[in-house]
Amino acid sequence: MPFSISLTVNGVSRNVELDDPRVTLLDLLRERLDLPGTKKGCDRGQCGACTVLVDGRRVNSCLALALSHDGAEITTIEGVAQGDELHPVQAAFIAHDAFQCGFCTPGQIMSAIGLINEGQAGDDPERIREAMSGNLCRCAAYVGIVDAVIEAQKRLADAGRREAA
Amino acid sequence: MKTFDYVRPATIAEAVAASAAPGAAYLASGTNLLDLMKVGAARPDRLIDITHIAGLDHIDWLADGGVRIGALVRNADLAHDPAFVRAYPAVAEALLSGASAQLRNAATGGGNLLQRTRCAYFGDPASACNKREPGSGCDALGGENRLHAVLGWSPSCIAVHPSDFCVPLVALDAVAEIEGRAGRREIPLESLYCLPGDAPQRETVLEPGDLIVALRLADPTAFARHARYLKLRERTSYAFAVVSAAAALAMEEGRIRQARLALGGVAAKPWRARAAEDILAGARPGETIFRRAAEAALADARPSGDNAYKIELARRIIVRALTLAAAGTPQRLPALPASPFSSAPGARHAA
Ligand SMILES: Cc1cc2nc3c(=O)[nH]c(=O)nc-3n(C[C@H](O)[C@H](O)[C@H](O)COP(=O)(O)OP(=O)(O)OC[C@H]3O[C@@H](n4cnc5c(N)ncnc54)[C@H](O)[C@@H]3O)c2cc1C
Ligand code: SF4
Ligand code: FES
Ligand code: FES
Repeated sequence: MPFSISLTVNGVSRNVELDDPRVTLLDLLRERLDLPGTKKGCDRGQCGACTVLVDGRRVNSCLALALSHDGAEITTIEGVAQGDELHPVQAAFIAHDAFQCGFCTPGQIMSAIGLINEGQAGDDPERIREAMSGNLCRCAAYVGIVDAVIEAQKRLADAGRREAA
Repeated sequence: MKTFDYVRPATIAEAVAASAAPGAAYLASGTNLLDLMKVGAARPDRLIDITHIAGLDHIDWLADGGVRIGALVRNADLAHDPAFVRAYPAVAEALLSGASAQLRNAATGGGNLLQRTRCAYFGDPASACNKREPGSGCDALGGENRLHAVLGWSPSCIAVHPSDFCVPLVALDAVAEIEGRAGRREIPLESLYCLPGDAPQRETVLEPGDLIVALRLADPTAFARHARYLKLRERTSYAFAVVSAAAALAMEEGRIRQARLALGGVAAKPWRARAAEDILAGARPGETIFRRAAEAALADARPSGDNAYKIELARRIIVRALTLAAAGTPQRLPALPASPFSSAPGARHAA
C-alpha cells in the first residue's frame, strides 16, 4: 500500500510517496531526499549521529518513523548555513577544533543548535556536557565541542540582544 | 524488520477501535518500539500511530491540587515545566536522568512507562527468552546477568524494568487513566506492573486495546521540599540504572511524618519499599534509621546471578537518597540529574 506524506525539509515543502511503511526519518533523508549529511552510526538511538531538528527540537532520526512525521518541519545539517555564511555553531566548531574525523559532527552541531534553543544549559560547562551526552564522539573531541557550544551560545545570545535593542 | 499495516487515528475512540485487528500495537514516539522491531524482538502486524490524537499532550492542574499529565506529553516537556519541577522535583530529576536530550524530546510519558526490558537476550531473537517466546527458556539465567533482578524475580525470568520515570511516580502513588474496549478505568501505577511468576510475557495488567490516556498525581505539598531521585549508572550520563531510588519525606518539626521510597533497576516493576516507609514514619532523620530502612527494603532480596553486589548497592543508594531528601530539595535541579557525583557539594565529576 503506498503512503503519501508532506514535510518541510530545510524550508522546502516536499511531498513524498512511500512504498514501504518501515522507512525511518533518517533513511528518508539519506536515501530518498538526497540529504546524506545526517549520519547513521548505530541506527539504535545510542550515538546521536542522526540528530536532526523536528519542529525545532533535536531528536534521533533513526528511531523516528517517517510516516509518523507527516506535516513536520525538519532541519538537517544541510539547512543551517545561510548561503556561504556558516551557522554560528558551525563556525565555532571550526574555531575550536571540535572534530577530527567528522563523522559525528553533523549530529553534534544539530544537537548543539537544539540545546541552545532549549536554553537550559547556559554557559555552564557541566550542564553543557550533560546536555550533549546523547552525542558520542569516537575521536573524543569533547573538550573542543564544549568550548564551541559555549562560544556559539554567547554569540547567539549577543546577536539576540542586538536584535532586541 | 517485518512489514506492517499503518493507521493514524485522530481520536482515542478510533485508536481503541483500530486495536481490534490481530497483532496491533500502539506507536507513540517509537524510540523503544521501533528499536525492538528493527531487531525482530517486536513483530506487530499493525501500528496504530497515536501521536496525531489531539488533546493527549496537556499538563493540567487539578482543583484538588494535583496534576493530570496527558500520555503524549514528551519527557523533556514535563521535566522542564517550571510548575511541575517545583511540585514534583524527584519526578523531574528522574526524567532528566534517563536516556539523552534527543530521546527525551521525543519520548512520551505513556511510552516510557510501557518500555520493555533491556535484557540483552530479550532483544536477541536467537536467544531463549520466556518473555519474548513463552516456554523457550531463559538465557539470562546462567548468562550475562549482572544487571538483572534481585527482588521479585522467578526462575522463568530475571529481567528488570528499565524506566526511571516510573520509580518516583510509584513512590508518589500515581494513577494511570486507561481507555479500553469497555470504557475508561483507573489503575494505581504500582498495580499496573506484574511480577514474572510463571508468565513473564504478561508484564502489565493491561488488556489488548488498552490505551494509557493520562497519569495523575496527588497534591504535592507534603513531599515537594524533601524529594530526590538518585541513580547509579555505569557511566555518568546516557545509561540505564544499575540501581536507583526515589525518596520523598514529609517533615514536621524535625521529624519524618511520612516517607515514600521506591527502587528502580531491581525488579520487573518499580519497587515500592513500604516496610522501610513504616520504619521511617515518626523518626528523626539520621544515618542509623536510614540504614535500618534500607535493610528492611532489601530484606527479601536474593541474587539472580552475578548480581549480589546490587543488593548492597541498593541499600547504600537508599541511605544516600534519604540523606539528600532530608537535607532538602535543591533550589535548582543539579547539573547531573540524579548523579551521586554531583550531590557531593563542590565536587565536579570531571575534576
Ligand atoms: C539509547 C537509549 C537509552 C535510554 N535510556 C533510558 C534511561 O536511562 N532511562 C529510561 O527510563 N529510559 C531510557 N530509554 C528508553 C526511553 O525512555 C523510551 O524508549 C521512551 O520513553 C519510550 O517512549 P516512546 O514514546 O518512544 O514509546 P514507544 O516506543 O512508541 O512505545 C513503547 C511501548 O509502549 C506502548 N505505548 C506507548 N504509548 C502508549 C499508550 N499511551 N498506551 C498504551 N501503550 C502505549 C507501545 O505500544 C510500545 O509497546 C532509553 C532509550 C534508548 C534508545
Ligand atoms: S531474563 Fe526474562 S527477558 Fe531476559 S532472557 Fe530471561 S526470560 Fe527473557
Ligand atoms: S544513528 Fe541514530 S542514534 Fe545512532
Ligand atoms: S570527530 Fe570523529 S567521531 Fe567525532
